[in-house]
Amino acid sequence: MKLYAKFFSLHLRSMMQYKSSFFLMTLGQFILAFSAFLSVWFLFDRFHQVDGFTFEQVLLCFSVTLMAFSWCEGFFRGFDTFSSTIQNAEFDRILLRPRNEIFLVLSGKIELSKIGRLLQAFLVFLYALPVSGVEWNVQRVLVLLFMLIGGVCVFCGLFLIYAAICFFTVEGLEFMNIFTDGGKEFGSYPMSIYGDGILRFFTFMVPIACFQYWPLLYLLGKSDSLWCMLSPLVCIVFLLPCWGFWRFGVRHYQSTGS
Amino acid sequence: MIAVRHLSKQFVVSRRKSGLKHAAQSLFHREREFVQALNDVSFTIPDGQVVGYIGPNGAGKSTTVKILSGILTPDSGECDINGRTPWKQRREHVAEIGVVFGQRSQLWWDVPVGDSFDLLRDIYRVPESRYRANVSELTERLQLESLLRTPTRQLSLGQRMRCEIAASLLHDPKVLFLDEPTIGLDAVSKLAVRDFIREINRDRGVTVILTTHDMQDIEALAQRILLIGKGRLLLDGTLEQLKQQYGRGSVTVSYNGGDVQVLSGLEIVQQEPGRLTVATDGTREDTARVIASLTGALSITDISVKGPDAEEMVVSLYREYQV
Amino acid sequence: MRKYVSFFRIRFINALQYRAAALAGMATQFFWGGMLLLMFAAFYRSAPENFPMGFQELSSYIWLQQAFLAMLNAWSFENDIFEAVSTGNIAYELCRPMGLYSQWFLKASANRMARAALRCVPVLVFASILPAPYGIILPPDAGTALLFVFSLFLALGVIVAFTMVIYIITFYTISPTGVRMAAVSAADLLSGSLLPLPFFPDGFRQAVELLPFASMQNVPLRVYSGDLSGQAAAWAIGLQLFWFAALLVLGMWMMRRALHRVVVQGG
Repeated sequence: MKLYAKFFSLHLRSMMQYKSSFFLMTLGQFILAFSAFLSVWFLFDRFHQVDGFTFEQVLLCFSVTLMAFSWCEGFFRGFDTFSSTIQNAEFDRILLRPRNEIFLVLSGKIELSKIGRLLQAFLVFLYALPVSGVEWNVQRVLVLLFMLIGGVCVFCGLFLIYAAICFFTVEGLEFMNIFTDGGKEFGSYPMSIYGDGILRFFTFMVPIACFQYWPLLYLLGKSDSLWCMLSPLVCIVFLLPCWGFWRFGVRHYQSTGS
Repeated sequence: MIAVRHLSKQFVVSRRKSGLKHAAQSLFHREREFVQALNDVSFTIPDGQVVGYIGPNGAGKSTTVKILSGILTPDSGECDINGRTPWKQRREHVAEIGVVFGQRSQLWWDVPVGDSFDLLRDIYRVPESRYRANVSELTERLQLESLLRTPTRQLSLGQRMRCEIAASLLHDPKVLFLDEPTIGLDAVSKLAVRDFIREINRDRGVTVILTTHDMQDIEALAQRILLIGKGRLLLDGTLEQLKQQYGRGSVTVSYNGGDVQVLSGLEIVQQEPGRLTVATDGTREDTARVIASLTGALSITDISVKGPDAEEMVVSLYREYQV
Repeated sequence: MRKYVSFFRIRFINALQYRAAALAGMATQFFWGGMLLLMFAAFYRSAPENFPMGFQELSSYIWLQQAFLAMLNAWSFENDIFEAVSTGNIAYELCRPMGLYSQWFLKASANRMARAALRCVPVLVFASILPAPYGIILPPDAGTALLFVFSLFLALGVIVAFTMVIYIITFYTISPTGVRMAAVSAADLLSGSLLPLPFFPDGFRQAVELLPFASMQNVPLRVYSGDLSGQAAAWAIGLQLFWFAALLVLGMWMMRRALHRVVVQGG
């Protein structure tokens, strides 16, 4: 942890060498996220509700997903851009350090400009909290916290798989965008609106619904089941197979170049 | 002590012919080819030796270095470095080695070098007292004082390489891998780097494995040479032995009279009017013999003798082994 | 023209090279299009009377968008052009026997077409076998089809001319990424790539339809299904022509000024 703080301060100092560029990029991220928000708004302006969820309730889902995603995009940047780490053989250097390689990839790249998007998501979150119609109590606050943690876990796991695929293909696979970018995009709405098949897929295969749709039901008082309350914990379990796949990839690492 | 036994490693390369049609075909079917990067390589290196690991591009040099440093896992074979297998006990192993890639940097681009050093201290968990002693020693030997506060991106290549080498010695490694440490450096920096490597080997007893294409590096540093080609270990010996076996020298004379035709038993390398170069096998005896027969036949105005040249020697080695 | 064809060929082969990436890309687009349609279907169920266009027309819109994504998206820039500007390598490019503007313009459009050529066929074939109203259907008549092709290439022209303006702006700024991101997010929303323009609130929509962004995706994708037809289509395509010409002129003018600046600075 101390070492991570050290890395963090180095990143911060590198970043501050290009201050204006950093602020512009943060602003850009903010605007970028804003257009996603606008399109959700436009749709609700016309249709008022979808699959039994109101605008404010969907915003809660939207902001939780976006916060988890942008957090991972900022702090898991090393995995997002892992194909370049492999292509320029930086990963060789990482393997030469007497530390866990996941930790080193994690701390090797931090993209602080993603804070722009995180901030946007946080503002929407603050707006949605009181107006979403949730009767807040201790359990519900706890479940909300689980949702955030679960979301971070799922996206982290997905980025990890995305990176591990690079061990075999060198290029990152656009295919994984379905789950990373797609997860952010389509996870803006509760997964149930896409139909049962999709909901099942995003519950049991890639547990995105486990940190938004199911616990959202609990928050809104639509369900009291234990499953809905604890489903975000599935997201933490999801990290295990992802980690296993990563380990498998590391063992098959073929360093490029001479 | 480094003991390598029967190391082999294969890579899969997919290739296809050029052209649109083949590009489309390769969408569905792809020819694969296996490249034997290492084929049954064995050697032992005792502690404190400086070994030059040479071979043409694509011979398997970097594959070997990457296996020895724990980056790659071989298909078969064993490797024991100070009692550990690099790819199995990677973290313990890499804590005791240092690696410098001449073409890549391990320093942070935008922050002062000293901060990169501090980070390495934390990564390698170097005790504070040890770290301070090392930094001050390295600073003095490599003249780094003014550089430590400079961001890496503002360093010249020679300055950066000095910092790179220092960075890989902060944690007192027992083995140092140097991959093209002098590539692109000017003459002064090259000499400085070579001197420093020699010192560090002498004073700290660090085992050094040096891969390079620069034969002057080898001549200046290597006590022993391993030649690798097409994945096989072809030669193992000292530079002197190699010179005796493969070295060639030459004698060049300028003359203003006499008859070149009468010379016999000499291998003429180059001939111009009034100037002649004749090959020798590099030994003193052969050189004397050549000079004697040249002075007998020609009236010589100038003479120059060239000893065995490492660069040429390697070329003829590569040619002989067809690598 | 020969240069153009050979450039296109190289890009096409290059794109084929990465087999896994190409196949994965197609899978991504099937999935993406499908998810979008499911989302719209959910909104449709909640208030069908508020749906601003036929669902079938929307399906065609979405699938065409996926098929020609590589051609019409706002976010793919030629990185080597950015690099040429920021590193000063632009000096070399100026030595080539071709105007810099047309050279970059051809490069960018060839690249976009090469990438789309590889992907559009499988996506369209897949979309055409989906059950109605989720699949894509043929345009109502041959005239519409022709109009679509015309409008599609105009859209390509508009988007490339737009990206050219962005490249040239980076001559003047310290942070090309910031400019780029602002441009991309504006274009993404206003071209109808996040949400088709008919879904925008009235009033706002009419204003957006006049902007150059609407010419990038909105027009061709709606012309295809006949959602935009007759006088409205003629007006929209006329607007496309106008923006194409305007952005071309603007880009060339800015380029001349920017190069002048480069020369003056001796860079």
